[in-house]
Amino acid sequence: MSILVIAEHDNLELKGATLNTISAAKEIGGDIDILVAGMDCESVADTASQIPGIGNVLLANKETYKNSLAENIGNLIVELSDGYSHIMAPATTNGKNFMPRVAAKLDVSQISDISAVISDDTFERPIYAGNCIATVQSTDSVKAITVRTTGFDACESSGGSASVNSIENDTNAGVSSFVKEEIAESDRPELTAAEVVISGGRGMQNGDNFSLLNGIADKLGAAIGASRAAVDSGFVPNDMQVGQTGKIVAPDLYIAVGISGAIQHLAGMKDSKVIVAINKDEEAPIFSVADYGLVADLFEALPELEAKL
Amino acid sequence: MKVLVPVKRVVDYNVKVRAKSDESGPDLSNAKMAINPFCEIAIEEAVRIKEAGNAEEVIAVSVGDASSQEQLRTCLALGADRAILVETDESVEPLGVAKALKEVVYKESPDLIILGKQAIDGDANQTGQMLAAMLDLPQGTFASEVEIQDGVVQVTREIDGGLQTLSLTMPAIITTDLRLNEPRYASLPNIMKAKKKPLETLSSSDLGLDLSPRQNTLKVSPPPERAAGIMVEDIEQLVDKLKNEAKVIT
Repeated sequence: MSILVIAEHDNLELKGATLNTISAAKEIGGDIDILVAGMDCESVADTASQIPGIGNVLLANKETYKNSLAENIGNLIVELSDGYSHIMAPATTNGKNFMPRVAAKLDVSQISDISAVISDDTFERPIYAGNCIATVQSTDSVKAITVRTTGFDACESSGGSASVNSIENDTNAGVSSFVKEEIAESDRPELTAAEVVISGGRGMQNGDNFSLLNGIADKLGAAIGASRAAVDSGFVPNDMQVGQTGKIVAPDLYIAVGISGAIQHLAGMKDSKVIVAINKDEEAPIFSVADYGLVADLFEALPELEAKL
Repeated sequence: MKVLVPVKRVVDYNVKVRAKSDESGPDLSNAKMAINPFCEIAIEEAVRIKEAGNAEEVIAVSVGDASSQEQLRTCLALGADRAILVETDESVEPLGVAKALKEVVYKESPDLIILGKQAIDGDANQTGQMLAAMLDLPQGTFASEVEIQDGVVQVTREIDGGLQTLSLTMPAIITTDLRLNEPRYASLPNIMKAKKKPLETLSSSDLGLDLSPRQNTLKVSPPPERAAGIMVEDIEQLVDKLKNEAKVIT
């Protein structure tokens, strides 16, 4: 077995999702290489080389890969794919963007969002918003896989000394170009990496009321999320969405405020270790997954919670 | 300009699907079926592009069994001009769907192909990207805004940290995220009119396609159950439980 893991990074830092993906790769077993494709991303390759148990770090350092355009990255991975039995990336918006291109070019059927490794060709993955877990066996010669990061603990990030090999492939497809990026600046932890997440739903009534979550998030070092209903209602941007079609989170503590608990939302958070639900409707389905439920008006409960912490 | 919109028939998003007790698959008996919500957004976007005068024709296409005609009629009622069903009784993986769609693209030469970013049954999130790769076309996935200019399309994408805007040459492939638009409801007169719009059926064997699956589903099981929780009386008790019982805050 020989596995190529595609690193998730922003040219400056290696993202934690890479470490969860490597854990999944280690469960499959075999040699593991990491591809760092970007521009001015030597420090990322350096960080990756310190992960224990890695054979080689492949560094593709070119303008072509600066913005992780799927066409260019996809073609690069296809060029490098020879000899690898598994190609893996975290199921982030980035991994979801390029990996199906790789699979299609290799004429293999991708295995999306695996949550467990059963063997080198058999994996578990959630379907139907996580209401069913499918065990699937791939018959393809190369396995193209995206990894649900909440299904695997992060691997160790230091102590290794892999060699960093520069690769010169330039696979600019020339059909797409980067225009701009608006990344939300926040001092809070990333939603998918936070140990505590507090999310608001339609019960928050408007976007301004989300500020009621700020003080609590500050005290708990929490990230702030939202249900699809809150995003649909225009209260908050979509990058805060937790759920089947948004982000999948599994923090130590998840606090759902004014969230009824539609199956699409539960799909994104029900693997959290401890779930707290605050809702004024005692019949709300969110209580069925909550470890601690509180029937209360959130406009009274939130200031009180902030004061008590 | 021609816009092609591939759509999928799926279980209605309100249905909570459970695994069959013998774990042979999801239990879909008598489940209400509907057009995949992201596909509905794709149709709406295509119709809006046409209404803005940027396209002449919107074609809906689906790969599936004969019952998918129902969802194609919905697309016609929502404003698509005609529809194509690539009929197959097999369950087709995204790779196979993309191969079938590729043949339709060769036949129709659309300038823009708009799909849902994922179907809410298999949650694979693959078809649009695979089709783009097979055709060597650019892709704007998870779109929240689409703007057509001379020969290029600008797509604003929902990415993990925020938004990214790309410029793509055409033909291009776009997959929709939920904030792209709010789909309209089909009016009764439009539902009646849709019955007269053309719906062509192709069989996957006519297209010479091998759509056989590459993955065996060994079993489909229920997710692990969470232990039942408790209701607390007030915030004070909640904070106490979190500190002293769950030990998740200090």
